[in-house]
Amino acid sequence: MKKHSLVFLAVFVILAVLHQDVWNWNKTSLVFGFMPIGLFYHMCYSIAAAVFWGLVSKLAWPHRLEAWAEESEEEGAGQ
Amino acid sequence: MSFSPTDLPIAAASEAVTRTPLYVIIGYMGVLFALGLVSSRLFRGSSKDFFVASRSIGPFMLLMSVFGTTMTAFALVGSTGKSFSLGIGTYGLMASSSGLIHAACFFAVGLRMWSFGKKYGYVTQIQFFRDRFESKGLGYLMFPILVGLIVPYLLVGLIGAGNYISGVTAGMFPDTFSLPDKVLPNGKEIPNPLNGSVPPALTGLVISSVVLFYVFTGGVRSAAWANTFQTIVFMIMGLVGFLVIAKGLGGLPEASQKALEHASEKTAREGLMTPAHFMSYMLVPLSVGMFPHLFQHWLTAKSAKSFKLTVIAHPLCIMIVWIPCILIGIWAAGLHAAGELRVPPLPNGDPNPNAVLSAMVKTFMESPLLVGLFSAGVLAAIMSSLDSQFVCVGSMFTNDFVVPLTGRDRFSDRQKVWLGRGFIVLIVAITYVISLFRPTSVFSLGVWCFSGFAALFPIALASVYWKRVTKAGVFASVIATAGTWVLFIYDALGREAGKQWFGVTEHGEYLIAGVMPVTFICLASVLALVGVSLVTSPPGQKTVEKFFP
Repeated sequence: MKKHSLVFLAVFVILAVLHQDVWNWNKTSLVFGFMPIGLFYHMCYSIAAAVFWGLVSKLAWPHRLEAWAEESEEEGAGQ
Repeated sequence: MSFSPTDLPIAAASEAVTRTPLYVIIGYMGVLFALGLVSSRLFRGSSKDFFVASRSIGPFMLLMSVFGTTMTAFALVGSTGKSFSLGIGTYGLMASSSGLIHAACFFAVGLRMWSFGKKYGYVTQIQFFRDRFESKGLGYLMFPILVGLIVPYLLVGLIGAGNYISGVTAGMFPDTFSLPDKVLPNGKEIPNPLNGSVPPALTGLVISSVVLFYVFTGGVRSAAWANTFQTIVFMIMGLVGFLVIAKGLGGLPEASQKALEHASEKTAREGLMTPAHFMSYMLVPLSVGMFPHLFQHWLTAKSAKSFKLTVIAHPLCIMIVWIPCILIGIWAAGLHAAGELRVPPLPNGDPNPNAVLSAMVKTFMESPLLVGLFSAGVLAAIMSSLDSQFVCVGSMFTNDFVVPLTGRDRFSDRQKVWLGRGFIVLIVAITYVISLFRPTSVFSLGVWCFSGFAALFPIALASVYWKRVTKAGVFASVIATAGTWVLFIYDALGREAGKQWFGVTEHGEYLIAGVMPVTFICLASVLALVGVSLVTSPPGQKTVEKFFP
């Protein structure tokens, strides 16, 4: 496995852990006057997920697999 | 502003109300008909074009069709209703986790399956599994299970649409669709809040017919076109509707303040869910890695690069759709607790979660034109899933059941398309009939359906990353998943609360040892897959080389 892939796998695990925001469990304060803080946290989490996948797509794209699939098409389904 | 419940607008259904929203919805259906006709002109008549649009879909259409397919009544009607009863935690349960997990499935599994589909000409998921696991029989086992899991998914759409439209059209046809007064469990008689509304059965019939029309005319290409159009519609209308409802409530801060004052528990998670329950939900989004209809959309991609936009933008699209729904749900909870919103009740007297969104729209959106456009947006979200599921069951029947059984050359290409269409009609008819008898929470039904698919995901993951996985392991995993799923769903829905064998129902959630049943269904699936694979003969070298280039 390439170095990039290992780093991204580790970040993925960290993101999965950060999803469990027990520290917001009983907080009811409102951010910007209308957004409950627990919801705001998870909204930011969604943005972080998009940034993460943006980086993965840029730095760990499976070019070899892509080239293999494109090199000759449609050999026909087996059974 | 304070109402006694029976004075509330949605309850005043005995008065005839403007039908403008309905006319807007009918107009929207007309647009979809036109779209079906236009896309049919591009239909090349071949089964490959009908089932995978000749692998010609670019990045933007792929994003819109994949996202539109994953968002159904579950995302709009279901999430609002769930947030009404379970609060803001609903977003973390399904939306933010999906942003991470869905994209992971697209990147780690979808891309690989697309490459095999492109290389070896697969049209369906089962064709791939048949080749990968060297077993024709596996296809016959998986076909009824996958179709059986799609039926509740279709039901989510039909029930969600029926509930929403009946709420939003309440009072429009007091003579044609009159309903008797409702008797609450305490013996009190109230005017039926849905008196004069379009019945769910009629809504289900109309949307099924419209979707069938455009799917029949152009197959998955039509579905992709319609999905793109409908996804744009429901994203824009969702945001507009959210802002208009907020304005109707005096502004965003005022709306949330009301929730904080009267239903403060809904603005946090304490008392409504536990961390273990919350964490176990993270397994549910794995389902996208096994949705056969999503697999089919992956196969329509023109190139691997088409996936990039989908992987990156999917979490943001989910956020754009879900955040407004969650806020509307908690606002509704606050208003309901303050006696300022009536939500049509269930037979047991509790508010119907499926009717929360329509109650908010009906009560706080003043412009009938806007109500119509917003409602068209809700139907767009629902239909953009139904179309893909319809095409998918048709292609599975033709390619995974008929062709393997009768041989590749028994039917002409055109006949294969018609066989697919016939099976679609059969499944839609069965689902439609079930929807008439078994109305239930859209969110819960969706979660059950996703749990089944999620537990099959280890098979998809192993198929592209684990050379040692065997045919016998996959058979064991499928059987373990089906067995535990049926057992738990029977325990949850078929047995009375308090008399259940494995779990307990709390806040409308069936939990086993404090976690979602998907945890144990996945565990059974993984144990069977790994355990049986390790004690049976590995796959042939030729197969391994074919799928691990």
